[in-house]
Parts: sequence; structure tokens; C-alpha cells
Amino acid sequence: MKCTRCRAPAEINLRSHHSAFCRPCFILYFQRQVERTIKRDLMFTPEERVLVAVSGGKDSLALWDVLITQGYQTAGLYLDQGIGEYSIHSCEKVEQFATLHNVPLQIVSLEIEAVSVPTAAQFTNRVPCAACGLMKRHFFDQYAIDGGFPVLATGHNLDDEAARLLGNVLHWQTEYLAREKPVLEPTHARFVRKVRPLYRTSELETAVYAFFRGIDYIIEECPNSGGATQLFYKDILNKLETQMPGTKLTFVQEFVRSAQPLFVAPDGTPPRECEVCGMPSFAPVCSFCRLVQEVERKREKHIAPLRH
Amino acid sequence: MVRCRAVQVKLLPQNKIVTFPDSMRVLVLLRKLSLTPETVMVIRGDRLLTEDEVIRVDDEIEVRSVISGGV
Repeated sequence: MKCTRCRAPAEINLRSHHSAFCRPCFILYFQRQVERTIKRDLMFTPEERVLVAVSGGKDSLALWDVLITQGYQTAGLYLDQGIGEYSIHSCEKVEQFATLHNVPLQIVSLEIEAVSVPTAAQFTNRVPCAACGLMKRHFFDQYAIDGGFPVLATGHNLDDEAARLLGNVLHWQTEYLAREKPVLEPTHARFVRKVRPLYRTSELETAVYAFFRGIDYIIEECPNSGGATQLFYKDILNKLETQMPGTKLTFVQEFVRSAQPLFVAPDGTPPRECEVCGMPSFAPVCSFCRLVQEVERKREKHIAPLRH
Repeated sequence: MVRCRAVQVKLLPQNKIVTFPDSMRVLVLLRKLSLTPETVMVIRGDRLLTEDEVIRVDDEIEVRSVISGGV
């Protein structure tokens, strides 16, 4: 197989784009795709500082690499979720990347700042992924605001978006569909703009980019991800993709272009400030603080009998 | 001692090794493993292989999943 662009031996075949690429041409193609998405969707400008949420996985590190290469002003934010060896290894990958590229990195320990994901799951009825998502949303905004970043970028790729969209369509979650955009503008002074510059590039493409660029990312999966619904949806979508290349891209791209504007978020009262942490909340105490309070309460009950 | 010649395939992140006695194209290997090209990178040395390339006996191949996610 030859590179569509330069006729050198190809290393990757992108059936959805009817193209094959050699290594240098794929790197160029990928960087241009991301840059085009940033500009077309008005995600941010070179003058704006971007906080990149990094996990140590291929997507977020590939995104950070592209943004650094394109000359954007970036810093990384890593949340240490306290998930044993997995968190230790992923933190090491992120630190190595930041050191290699000489870029600023903020590491936040959930155990120190709030509660670790395993502790939150142990003392509440939440599954670990729900607790993890809740804490991520809280700290992403808080650290972006405190650090003076108007934009937070995450490494969600096309497969993530397609799987989420499929789940929301199957259950007709119209409120979620109304908010399912690659650019989410803030609705409160203590929220920042959230952007997903990889939403048009597939999981395979981000993995190949990371491999070609020599990015040392964590290959092992989060131990809590086994049996996740999102993985089931991804499997179905990839079976469709094999039979009909381009399905995932059309599904997401056309939703964003044609269908998403038809879903309107209900007009509600604007969020007020949480009485505990001051972050935006629709209740007197935000769901993050309620989670922390619940864990503290139950942990205290759990420890108290041991003292006697 | 005679070493059995085979295609050796390491699956990641499972960290599992499987062997095949004969050479074959990448697409055939993926079919044998019940995988689709969209979900894995097939690596020989420091190079990625496309579906039409031939894997030979004695090759050491890594098949690395690209799928991740939770919730």
C-alpha cells in the first residue's frame, strides 16, 4: 500500500478517508485536521491560554503534543484519582511528557484535595466512573479559573463522541443532546469554555499519531472501565464502521451540523454559588461538595466503632 | 534443541502472547483474532503494518488495542 500523498510505503490506511499515509504525511495530516477543527469551530485563538486536561493516555497527550507543535500557549492539568498502580503509572507518563517538552504541569491529588475515586465509590452508592466524572468537572473549572485560563481542552476523540451520542439518542436524552457540542461556552463567571479539538479524529488516528510521535502513553486501561457501557457502544460502532467506513464521522459531524441545533436546552434559573466551595450550583450545596460531605459522614460512622 | 518456528503475537493491553504456525496477511491475522482494523495497531519493530502486508514466520508482532473509555 502506498501513501496517497507522496507514494512512499504507507503505514496506516484510513478507510473512512479513502487514504493511506506514510509516517511524515500522516503526522502532517493529523496536525492539520486538529488545527482546522480548532479554527472552524472557533475553539480558541493563539492569544488565549489553554489548560489541557491530561490523563497519561494517548488522546490527551496527542492533543497536548499537537497544541505545543502549533505554538499554542498551554499548561497541563493532571488529576491523580488515587486508583493504585494505574494512577501512579499514568502520572509518571504525564510528568515525563511535560519535562520532555518543558511545559507547565499542575498535578492535583484528589485524595488530598477531596477524596480519591475508590474511596468515593466505597462510601457512596456511586459507581467509580460517576464519582470520577463529577470530580473532574469540578476541578477542571476550578483550576482553569484560578490559573487564569479561559479555555479547557480535553482529548475526547471521534469514537468517544460517537459512543456518547449513540447512548443519548438510544435513550432520547434531549437535555444532554442540547449540550452535546464540541465547544461549550460558559454559562457562569466561574465556568470556562470547554473544547474538544479531537472530536473529528478517530481513536485509531490519535493512537497512530501518538505512536508515530514517540509519545510514551499509558497502554493499560483504567481498572474501573471493564464492562463500561461506552465500550459496548464503541464496539457496535466499530462493527458498523468496518462495513460502512466513515459512519462514525458522518454520525457525529452531521449531528453537530444539522441535528444538534434543533435541541434546545431548557431555560432554567441560572446557577448560583455553592455555599461551601463557591463554584456554580443549582442547589445550595453543589454535587461535588455533597459527595465529599457524604463520604466524610460515612467514613466517620465507619471509623467511630473502631475507636471503642 | 530445535525451536518451533511460528508467528508470535503479543496482545496489549492484555499482555497475552499467541502463536500461529504459518505466515499470513495482517487482515487474516485480525480475522483469526476476531478484531477489526479500526480497533488496533499492528506493530512490527518500530513500524506499523497495513492490512495487506504479510507477516512471516519468526516475526514478532504486537497488536495494540486503541480502544479506551469508561462510564
